[in-house]
Amino acid sequence: MLSEQNLKRIDELKRFYQTSRALVIPALWMVQEEQGYICQDAMKYVAKLLDVPYGHILGVVTFYTMLHQRPVGKHHVEVCTNVSCMLRGSDRIVAHLEKRLGIKMGETSKDGKWTLSEVECMGSCGTAPMFAVGEEYYENLTPEKIDKLLADLERK
Amino acid sequence: MEKHILPDIRHLQKLDVYEAHGGYKAFRKALQMKPEDVTEEVKKSGLKGRGGACFPTGLKWTFMPKSRGAGSQTTGQSEKPKYLCVNGDESEPGTFKDRQIFEFNPHLMIEGTLIAAYAMGVIISYIYVRGEYGKWIKMIDKALHDAYAKGYIGQNILASGFSTEVIVHRGVGAYICGEESALMNSIEGHRGYPRVKPPFPAQNGLWGCPTTINNVETISNVPLIINNGWEWYSKIGAAKHPGPILVGVSGHVNKPGVYELPTGVPLLEIIHKHAGGVPGNKGIKAVIPGGSSTMVLRGDRLEGVCMDAESLKAAGSSVGTAGLIVMDEDTDLIKVITRIAKFYYHESCGQCTPCREGTGWLWKVLKRFELGEGRQEDIDILMEVANNIEGNTICALGEAAAWPVQSMIRRFREEFEKRVKAPQHKPVEAVVV
Repeated sequence: MLSEQNLKRIDELKRFYQTSRALVIPALWMVQEEQGYICQDAMKYVAKLLDVPYGHILGVVTFYTMLHQRPVGKHHVEVCTNVSCMLRGSDRIVAHLEKRLGIKMGETSKDGKWTLSEVECMGSCGTAPMFAVGEEYYENLTPEKIDKLLADLERK
Repeated sequence: MEKHILPDIRHLQKLDVYEAHGGYKAFRKALQMKPEDVTEEVKKSGLKGRGGACFPTGLKWTFMPKSRGAGSQTTGQSEKPKYLCVNGDESEPGTFKDRQIFEFNPHLMIEGTLIAAYAMGVIISYIYVRGEYGKWIKMIDKALHDAYAKGYIGQNILASGFSTEVIVHRGVGAYICGEESALMNSIEGHRGYPRVKPPFPAQNGLWGCPTTINNVETISNVPLIINNGWEWYSKIGAAKHPGPILVGVSGHVNKPGVYELPTGVPLLEIIHKHAGGVPGNKGIKAVIPGGSSTMVLRGDRLEGVCMDAESLKAAGSSVGTAGLIVMDEDTDLIKVITRIAKFYYHESCGQCTPCREGTGWLWKVLKRFELGEGRQEDIDILMEVANNIEGNTICALGEAAAWPVQSMIRRFREEFEKRVKAPQHKPVEAVVV
């Protein structure tokens, strides 16, 4: 299920960790990178690959918020609403995004293009309000800036 | 003050630029010293952990077994290997300082890691970075790659006989993994559940082996101490909590951001001088001095309060991660505390009942106040629930959830009372005699 390249990476990582169980999270990251989310078959695959019980893998996947068990939209917009962002108007950002994308927090658009999520503090408090799409942070947001960003992302 | 952690040098993240500005000199110097002398130097400097607990760093290092174990080539290989975890989970709301180090001075962190590894005889250091920082992980990886290529990491480093490895370990989105024992469980491939202490990590850490956990900023202070000596370092800032500190200012200020300052700078100076004051010259209603888990302070009681452990303790709070959140006079503090409570409810790992259940109760009761549906007795209920979490959990997330609520009620009780729903009196029917 994992690419040759990632299987090689797993092998290279082995010398850094005492147990194969420690490679569960790196392997799950790789699955998610390749497939966008972690399905049950993928969990079974990782269990077998690393000789760790499936139940353990399921426990890990359900514990950590960044591991997805369902597909997310092509652009996963994660908006921070924690205190520093809230003080700088994240409510307005959320309202604007919901209006523009036509979906509510936690929803994915019908065409599978957009997912909108509320997230906890992302470490952008000095450049609040913010949202992230994938690994990219978009900071010091205003409704006008969002319109432009969404248009750019739409084209991608 | 001259800046040491985040100096204004262009492209300092590049190895050649870092070296041109004295980079890896401290590591070379340390390799010439006895490991225990390195630890002693850090101990005498007075450096305290920058991750929130303010524990003396050098002292922490002395808890590790003294023998030069498996990592060192100078002795036998019989003992357990020793590990170092550099904590870059940085998830405390209001905290965004480590990110600056990853981006602008990653080699300082790597150099500090290597010095610590040498001092303690560590064979592998794990830089645990929160998963959301994917972009910054790539930057650290690049810096590590270059440091390996240059021979600062790996086997027989700079022909010293010392060997050690450093790797980035990516987190997966869990605040609790910033707690040191949860962090170790996460590295081991488990859920991020904190462990009962004792045993402490220095005896029983990663895979049951001696382990030390230091914050990214803490470890980045180490090269400064080795380069300039403990005496120089101990004279920066507040005497009992010395050194440069990265203060992250957010909320209602004109220039939010991370400011490198000596410890002991007055909070009002940070807000007005460095962060450009409050927009519209409004008054300050409240500040949270060190990330969302630290106790809230009243804006009218900030005179003389400084950004160091001693001063903030005296003021009834703590230095935490030095993530200063400023709230102007128009701030709805009930909304603020409700949001903070929601965060701790979301991030509770669920092991301990008082925290798992209590954080949810706090949030729900606070939500009633936010909606203007609070009841007079709810104020006491909130206090009671918070008191029952505090001190009754495996890790400090319990306190982190309780303190903001307790302090908010103690210092801003009137805000809660204003939101108590007026009792709905039924009109009394006139009695006709």
